Amino acid sequence: MTDLTSMTIAEARAGLANKSFTSLELTDAHLAAMEAARSLNAFVLETPDKARAMARAVDAKIAKGEGGPLAGIPLGIKDLFATKDVRTTACSKILGNFIPPYESTVTSQLWRDGAVMLGKLNNDEFAMGSSNETSCFGPVANPWRREGSNTTLVPGGSSGGSASAVAALLCMGATATDTGGSIRQPAAFTATVGVKPTYGRCSRWGIVAFASSLDQAGPIARSVRDSAILMRSMAGHDPKDTTSVDIGVPDYEAAIGKSVKGMKIGIPKEYRLDGMPAEIEKLWTEGAAWLKAAGAELVEVSLPHTKYALPAYYIVAPAEASSNLARYDGVRYGLRVPGRSIGELYENTRAEGFGDEVRRRVMIGTYVLSAGYYDAYYLRAQKVRTLIKKDFEDCFAKGVNAILTPATPSAAFGVGEKGGADPVEMYLNDIFTVTVNMAGLPGIAVPAGKDAQGLPLGLQLIGRPFDEETLFSLGEILEQAAGRFTPPRWW
Amino acid sequence: MSVDAATVRRIAHLARIAVTDAEVPHLQGELNAMLAFVEQLSEVNIDGVEPMTSVTPMEMKKRADVVNDGEIPDDIVGNAPETQNHFFLVPKVVE
Repeated sequence: MTDLTSMTIAEARAGLANKSFTSLELTDAHLAAMEAARSLNAFVLETPDKARAMARAVDAKIAKGEGGPLAGIPLGIKDLFATKDVRTTACSKILGNFIPPYESTVTSQLWRDGAVMLGKLNNDEFAMGSSNETSCFGPVANPWRREGSNTTLVPGGSSGGSASAVAALLCMGATATDTGGSIRQPAAFTATVGVKPTYGRCSRWGIVAFASSLDQAGPIARSVRDSAILMRSMAGHDPKDTTSVDIGVPDYEAAIGKSVKGMKIGIPKEYRLDGMPAEIEKLWTEGAAWLKAAGAELVEVSLPHTKYALPAYYIVAPAEASSNLARYDGVRYGLRVPGRSIGELYENTRAEGFGDEVRRRVMIGTYVLSAGYYDAYYLRAQKVRTLIKKDFEDCFAKGVNAILTPATPSAAFGVGEKGGADPVEMYLNDIFTVTVNMAGLPGIAVPAGKDAQGLPLGLQLIGRPFDEETLFSLGEILEQAAGRFTPPRWW
Repeated sequence: MSVDAATVRRIAHLARIAVTDAEVPHLQGELNAMLAFVEQLSEVNIDGVEPMTSVTPMEMKKRADVVNDGEIPDDIVGNAPETQNHFFLVPKVVE
């Protein structure tokens, strides 16, 4: 049955439609793969009974010809998405054994379309991290290793469980979220495809909030086509999220294979960093050549405020997080550590419940919003954010259809290798991805090659607002040229 | 700008997170590393620039001012650590 796990969603969809196998068989094959891969620590909760019940129900529907666009496809769900009656923790001790009495909008749309839930996936605590090492369930192992080495590498973060599980063939696709690069960076580290949609494209309702003006849900999958299939189900207007945009959801899959002849692709000079590894530079040049060969026109563009995106992010995101995470008070849900007064109860609960990275960000966020510092930090950062967004607007106004950049400044690194002494070292991972969140734009990471040690590297395409379709068209060209990458199984 | 030990304790209190005296120097170092990193924003000319308040240029939709949910107290208190008769229990606040 192992070959049932190596298919793409598009292939499985065809197999289910022509009755080559049932959703129950497909689901069982994935449940077996998950069990055999527990050493990766990708899943924090397996839901085999629920998975089989959903698969049986959808098999009955398929038999009657009533299956939806994702009928019978087994997926993993990042533990940031509230799932009704299934423990949801954001991988934080402070949520404890939280059992949501409701379902997030994005996951409810996946079930509406016939998908099957295999379980909940590991992530950095409250999605704060770039290596999945801040999870209260411990780090996730990347299925990729350096050639000839047994060192465990991180899968990136915060959607590390999603990326690892998809790369290791434990689920056919996964939900993820991206606040500063949390979909695209782990996708690049694991040779999977990750899509961060335009802000407002997917509802944030029922997703544990980190930084509300930056958070977006999106898919991680094994092909550009699969990511387009998932996006169509995940996207759409939701009256329960006031920032969700009321425009129709296109058939993203139809964008695959569309001609890109004459499209203008911007190559931003500010992304060429001092000391950038030669292999990243080479990958970038190669990717540009592939797009040119497909008929696109390459133009050098300038995004002058690029270097300020990450520092501005580290004011805006913690500020919003400090406000969003005020709800964890030990009174209404989750962990409670007693105190003599209610104030002490709050302080003890939050000291015990938050991990180091979350505490650090809540504190810095509290500081930049506090009296006397608001103008110097928060207001200034929000003005810089306007300038970052304007850089992109100017670029698109000159006729640029999309922008090509590296996805990350390096390949995956070892567990415990980064950020021990200085948290900023870890933050620099998101240097190419964070601008996209600051400007609210869509971005896709596509596997494009390997480094000298055999580790995957990705390229990023950045699009105009609500033009994910162009990213799917261009992304598939990169994919066709680069080929697919599957990690050799060692777990 | 950098923070001293007293400021670290004040921020922790504002954030309602208990910190021990032993944790303060370490936290101070981390917060100062972050503040040093964001310091480069002071080089940007922001004269006449409006702060970003909405990511997507759209007017926030407002729903009708009507009750559209409720009668679910069991769900509301279902995850609470301590409750009584559908109330959340906390240490005594008023004497």
